[in-house]
Amino acid sequence: MPIYRLEIENRPAVPDALATKTAQTLSAWLGLSPARIRTRKVYLCDLDMSEAEAEKVLAAIADPVIEVAAKGALPDGEPGDPPVILTVSFLPGVTDAVGKSVKTACEDALGRALAGQVYTGTMYLVWGLPRADVERAAAEVLHNPLIQRIRIDEPPRRPDLSVPRAGATSTPRTEIVPLRGLSDEALEKLSRERLLALSVPEMHAARAHFEAEGREPTDAELECIAQTWSEHCKHKIFNTPIDYTDPQGNTRRIERGVFKTYVVAATEDVRKARASSGIDGDGGDFLVSVFSDNAGVVRFTDECHLVYKVETHNSPSALDPYGGAMTGIVGVNRDSFGCGLGADLLANVWGYCLGKPNHSGALPKGLMPPRRIREGVHHGVIDGGNQSGIPYMRGFELFDDRFVGKPLVYCGTVAAMPVETAGRPTHEKFTAPGDRIVMIGGRVGKDGIHGATFSSVELNESSPVQAVQIGDPITQKMMFDMLAEARDRGLYSGITDNGAGGLSSSVGEMAEASGGAEVDLARVPLKYPGLAPWEILVSEAQERMTVAVPPDNLPAFLALAARREVEATEIGTFTNSGRLVIRYGEEKACDLPLAFLHGGLPKVVRSARWSPPARTLATAADREKALAARPVADLVVSMLAQPNIRSGERYARHYDHEVKGLAVVKPFVGVSRDVPATATVMRVRHGRDEGVVLGEGIHPHYSDLDAHAMALACADEGVRRVLSAGARIDRMAALDNFCWPDPIKSATTPDGEHKLAQLVRACEGLYEACVAYGLPLISGKDSMKNDATMGGVKISVPPTLLVSVIGQMKDVRRALTLSPRAPGDVVYLLGETEDACGESELSRLLGLSLDGVPRTDPKRFAARYHAFAAAHEAGLVRSAHTLSRGGLAVALSHMVMASELGLSVALDAVAPGLAPAVALFSESTGRILLTTRSEDASALEARLGPHGLVRLGSVEPGASGRGYLRIRQGGQTLAELGSDALRRAFQEESHAV
Amino acid sequence: MPSDGQRLGATLGQAELRPQTPMTRPAPKEARDVRVLVLTGYGLNCEAETAAGFSRAGATVDLVHLSEMLERGGRADALAGYHILAFIGGFSFGDHIQSGRVFANRLRFRLGEALCRFVDDGGLALGVCNGFQTLVCLGLLPGVSRARGTPLAAQQAALVHNDRLGYFDTWVKLAVDAESPCVWTRGVGPTIEMPSRHGEGKLLFQDESLREQILASRLVPVRYADASGAPTEVWPDNPNGSPGGVAGLCDPTGRIFGLMPHPDAYLYPENHPDWIRQRDAGALPAAGLGLRIFENGVRAALAG
Repeated sequence: MPIYRLEIENRPAVPDALATKTAQTLSAWLGLSPARIRTRKVYLCDLDMSEAEAEKVLAAIADPVIEVAAKGALPDGEPGDPPVILTVSFLPGVTDAVGKSVKTACEDALGRALAGQVYTGTMYLVWGLPRADVERAAAEVLHNPLIQRIRIDEPPRRPDLSVPRAGATSTPRTEIVPLRGLSDEALEKLSRERLLALSVPEMHAARAHFEAEGREPTDAELECIAQTWSEHCKHKIFNTPIDYTDPQGNTRRIERGVFKTYVVAATEDVRKARASSGIDGDGGDFLVSVFSDNAGVVRFTDECHLVYKVETHNSPSALDPYGGAMTGIVGVNRDSFGCGLGADLLANVWGYCLGKPNHSGALPKGLMPPRRIREGVHHGVIDGGNQSGIPYMRGFELFDDRFVGKPLVYCGTVAAMPVETAGRPTHEKFTAPGDRIVMIGGRVGKDGIHGATFSSVELNESSPVQAVQIGDPITQKMMFDMLAEARDRGLYSGITDNGAGGLSSSVGEMAEASGGAEVDLARVPLKYPGLAPWEILVSEAQERMTVAVPPDNLPAFLALAARREVEATEIGTFTNSGRLVIRYGEEKACDLPLAFLHGGLPKVVRSARWSPPARTLATAADREKALAARPVADLVVSMLAQPNIRSGERYARHYDHEVKGLAVVKPFVGVSRDVPATATVMRVRHGRDEGVVLGEGIHPHYSDLDAHAMALACADEGVRRVLSAGARIDRMAALDNFCWPDPIKSATTPDGEHKLAQLVRACEGLYEACVAYGLPLISGKDSMKNDATMGGVKISVPPTLLVSVIGQMKDVRRALTLSPRAPGDVVYLLGETEDACGESELSRLLGLSLDGVPRTDPKRFAARYHAFAAAHEAGLVRSAHTLSRGGLAVALSHMVMASELGLSVALDAVAPGLAPAVALFSESTGRILLTTRSEDASALEARLGPHGLVRLGSVEPGASGRGYLRIRQGGQTLAELGSDALRRAFQEESHAV
Repeated sequence: MPSDGQRLGATLGQAELRPQTPMTRPAPKEARDVRVLVLTGYGLNCEAETAAGFSRAGATVDLVHLSEMLERGGRADALAGYHILAFIGGFSFGDHIQSGRVFANRLRFRLGEALCRFVDDGGLALGVCNGFQTLVCLGLLPGVSRARGTPLAAQQAALVHNDRLGYFDTWVKLAVDAESPCVWTRGVGPTIEMPSRHGEGKLLFQDESLREQILASRLVPVRYADASGAPTEVWPDNPNGSPGGVAGLCDPTGRIFGLMPHPDAYLYPENHPDWIRQRDAGALPAAGLGLRIFENGVRAALAG
C-alpha cells in the first residue's frame, strides 16, 4: 500500500497563530529569538487509496481560502534562505485522534470505507536559529520523548514517508509463571520486574491460592490479581488495621482501618442524624448511593439526583502533563457517567498542586520544569473538558516546591441522574447472569498498561512509558451520546468505566453483581496486532466502558452503536459460576474465584506513630521585627501578588465556563469578571430554577503543623464557600480526596509511621467536621504514593486533603456573590479572628516559620452557619465572601476589585490586642465577610450577634468610578489602596506574560 | 414556568424510533407550527440550549442525529418539513484538521442537494460557533455567489485561529447593524451581550473585493464592540482579532445567519455576569437577551 504524505500550511498572508505562540514560548522560556517560524500540518495516509484519490482527499480537507497544500512536500521557503525543519509526530501506538478524523474525512471524500491508518504530525519551519537551538527547543518545549518522535531536516529534503506503525505479526501466548519454591527475594524481584506492585505477603497469598488449586498461575492471572489488589484499586492503606500512637503517646488499634472508622462512619452518622430528625420527610433519603458506585449520588429534585466524583491523575501527569491530565478529566467523566445506569454530565472542576512556576533551582534529572508541567496540565484539561461540551465551574492552583516531583492533578465531574429510567431507579444496576459483556468506545492497545500498579508506587527513572495514555474526547463524546440513548431505551442493565486495571477491573467488579463472568479476549478489538492476552486484559486504553446487555437487547444495542459510528463488541457473558474466566480463543488465560480475587488480599497491621520532625519556629520578636519593616499597604499589595493568592485568570479563561447555558455564578465574578468566585452556582435543567453550588477547601501547608487542623480547615472552608453563595445548609455533601506521601515505613521512607499518623489525625479531623456540619462524604479517592525519587533525590508531597463540597439551592435567583452591592451597605465579619498565622500565606510572604495553625471548632461554627443561612433565607445578606488564604485582607481586596466600590473598614474590633497585620492576614477558619443594607443592620446583628459578628465599616461610592480599600485602626488610616493598585498586584502574572 | 428541559438521549431516541418529519412544509399559523431541526452528533454539544432557545420561542424542535438525516439524505426533500435548520456549537470531529471541516464535508457530500433545496425554498438557518464555521465551509455564508437551483458553492471565507492562540471564554458586546437584511437580528440592539468561547473565530474573506461586497450589502449583522458600542479589533473586546470586528455573517436574503458568540447561552437573565447588579438597578430583563435571536427566527418563519 503506498503512503501519501499531505502537507498543509496557511497562505503567506494569513497569520500563523501557532507559530506566534511558539516563538513567544521559546523566547520566554529559553531566551531563543528565531527570526521567523511557520508551522504545517502533516498527514501520512497509510490507506488503500490511489494517487488520484489522494488528490481528491487533499482538495476536500485543505481550506481553499486560507491554506496551501501539497501531496509530498510544500516548498520550504526561498532557496537562499533555508529554515531548519522540526517535525514532531507520535511514537508507534500512541493515540492519534486527529489521524482518526483525517481517515474519516478521507472516507467521506471518497465515499467508501478505507483500510489502514493516518498518522499526523506538526512541522515547525524555523528561520534564524542554528540546528542546535532547534534541537534544544524540541527537547525542552515542543517534544515529549515518552509519546512523540522528532525529525530535524534541512532543505533540500526528501519527503519522509516513514509511519509509526505499531504492533507485531505474532501474538504472544499466555505463559505460566511458576511461583513454587521461589525465595522471598525472588518473589519480590518478580513483583518489581513485572510491575505488579505486590508485597511479599501478597505474593505468598497468591502462591498459596494456586498451590491449593494444584497448579501455577498464568501471567494473566498474576496481572489480574495485581491490578485488583493494587493500592490504586483496593485502597489497602485506607482499609488496613493500624496500631496508632497518638500525640499523647497512647497506642490503640484502629481495627477496621481509617476508611470505615472515619470516612464511612461520618456518612453513616450523618445518615442516622438525618433519619432521627426526620429532615428528609417522605421525599426519600438524601443519600441515594454512597461509596458503592463510581461516584456518589444525592437527592436533588423529584426529577433528578446529583452525582459527583473527583479523581486525581498525578503520576501520568508527571510523565506527560498534557495527556496525563487530559485522561484525568475524560476519565472522571466516565466515572460520573457510569454511575448507576448512567448520568448526564453537567459540570467539571479542576485543581492542581504544582511546583512554583518561577522555580529556578536545579531539578533532579528526569523531572520536567514546573512551568512546563503547568502549561501541559492546563491544556490537557482544557481540551478534554471543552471538547466534551462540559462547563468548568471550579478551578484552583496551589504552589509549593514539594509538588515538583509529582504534581497533584484533581479533576472532577458533577452529573444529573434522572430519578427513573425506563421504569427503573437509575441509580441501581441490575446485571444478571446471562447478560452479555459488551466493550464499547475505543480500541485496546498497549497504552496504559500498568497504570493502576504504576500509580501505586513512587515515580522513578524506570517508570514505565506505556503507563501514559492520551485521551480522545470526541470518541468518548460520541460514545456518551450513544449510551444516553441506549440508557433511555432501557437497553442495558449495568455499566462501568474501563479505567484503572482495564477489563480486569471493570469486568471483575461487575462480575460481583451477577456472581461471575466469562470473557474471550480474542474478540476484543485491538488498535494493532501483537498484544499478549494479559496485555489486553489490563490495558487502560482510554474512552472505553464495559456494559452489561441482556441478551434480548443485544441486537438493538449493537445496531444503535453501529448507526452512531461507535464501536461496540460483545466479548463475553456474565455468569453465576463464582469465577472470573478469561479465554483467548480456545486457550484459557485466567480462571480465578471471585471470592479470592476480591477477598483474598492478606491484611497487614500497619504502624502509625505521631512523631513530628523538630521544627524551628520564629519567635514573636522575629515576627514583630519583620512586620515593623513593612507598612500595611505594602503587605496587602505583596500578598495579592503571592503565587497562591493571585488571580489565576490567565489560564482559567481558556476553560469553557458557559456551555450548556446554565451557569449563574461563574468561576470569575465582578465588574471586570476577574475575581475568583467564592463558590459557583448553576442551574441543572433548562427551564427549572433549582441549582447546584460548588466549593472546596485544600490546605496542605497546615499539615506541616497539624494534619488534624488541616483536615478540619478543608472541610470548614468547603462548607463556608457553598453557604456564602446561598446554598441550603440541609443539603450539603462532600468528596474527600487524600493525596499522601508514602505512609509506610521502609528503608526509603524512614518517617512512614509519622506520615501514617498524619493520615489518622486528618481522618479524625475530617470525621469531626463532617458530623458537626451534617456533611456526608459520598465518594472520594486516596492516592498514597506521591513521591518521586530521581537521581537519588526523593521529593514527597505534603499530606494533602481536598474536600469538595456540593450544595443545592431551591432557586438560583437567591444566589449571592462576594461583590458588595451598593454604597451605604454595612460590612460585617462573622466569626472570631485569632492569632492563626502558622503556615499561612503571611508566613511565606515574610519567610518565617510561624506557629499557630487555625483551630476549627466545628460544633460552634455549625451553629454560626445555621444562623447565617437563616439570615440569608430572611433576606438580610446582600453579599458574602469566605475568608481563606491571606485572610481578611485578601477577601476585602476581592470585594473592592469585584464591585469597584469603596470599602472603609476599622480593625479595632477584629482582633483586639493583636497587630493589624495579624488581624488582616490571620487565616482563622469559620469566618464569613458579608454586607447588609443599613436598614437591616439591627436585624442582622440580632441574629448573628451571638456568633461573633464584628461590624467593620461600610460600603462607599468609590472614587471616580474606581473602588478603594481604606483600612483604619484606632482612628488612624493604616492603608488606602485603589482598585488599580490592588489589581496590578493581583494580576501580576497575567501582565507579565 | 413549564420545564422545557431537553434530555439529549430521550429526544434523540424518539427521533430515531419514529421519524416524523412531514414531507411538505405547510405555512405555519402559530409559533408551535414552526418546525426546527437541530442536527446533533459527532462531538457537537450545544443541542440542549439550542433546543431550549427555540422551544422557549414557541417553536417545535426535533433533535436529530446527523446519521439519521443522512439515511434520508439521498432525497432532495429530506429537509422539506422544516422551517428552520440549526447548526449548533461544539467540536464536530474534534475540530481536527480544521474547525467544522469534516462535518461540513459530510454534509456537502451527502446532504448537499437537500440543503440547496431548503435554502432555495426560503428555509431559515442559524449557525452558532461550530455551526457558523460549518455554514462558512459549506459556502452557505456569506452565500453571495450561489444561484438558485445550483449546487453548493465553493467556500469564500474562513474562520481561522484567534490571534492569541487557543480557546478563550469571555462575554462580548456585539454592535448590531440595524440596516442589515438579517432577519435574525431585527430589532435587536444597538448592542447585545452574550458569551463567546472558541479558538478559531477570526473571519477572513477570500479577497478584498468580496469583503467590500459583503460590507456594502450589509451582510455583517454583528461586530465585536468596545464598551462604548463601537466595533473593535482590540482584544479582549474582540476575542479573536477578526478584522473590522466581524463576529457573524448573513446571506443576501438575511435568512441564513451565523455567528461565533452564543445567543444560546443567554436564555436566562441570570446567565449574564452582571445579573445581580442589573437587578439592583431595576434593569434585569425578563428573559435572557439571546432568546431574542431565536424569537426573531420563529417570527420570520411565521411571516413566511
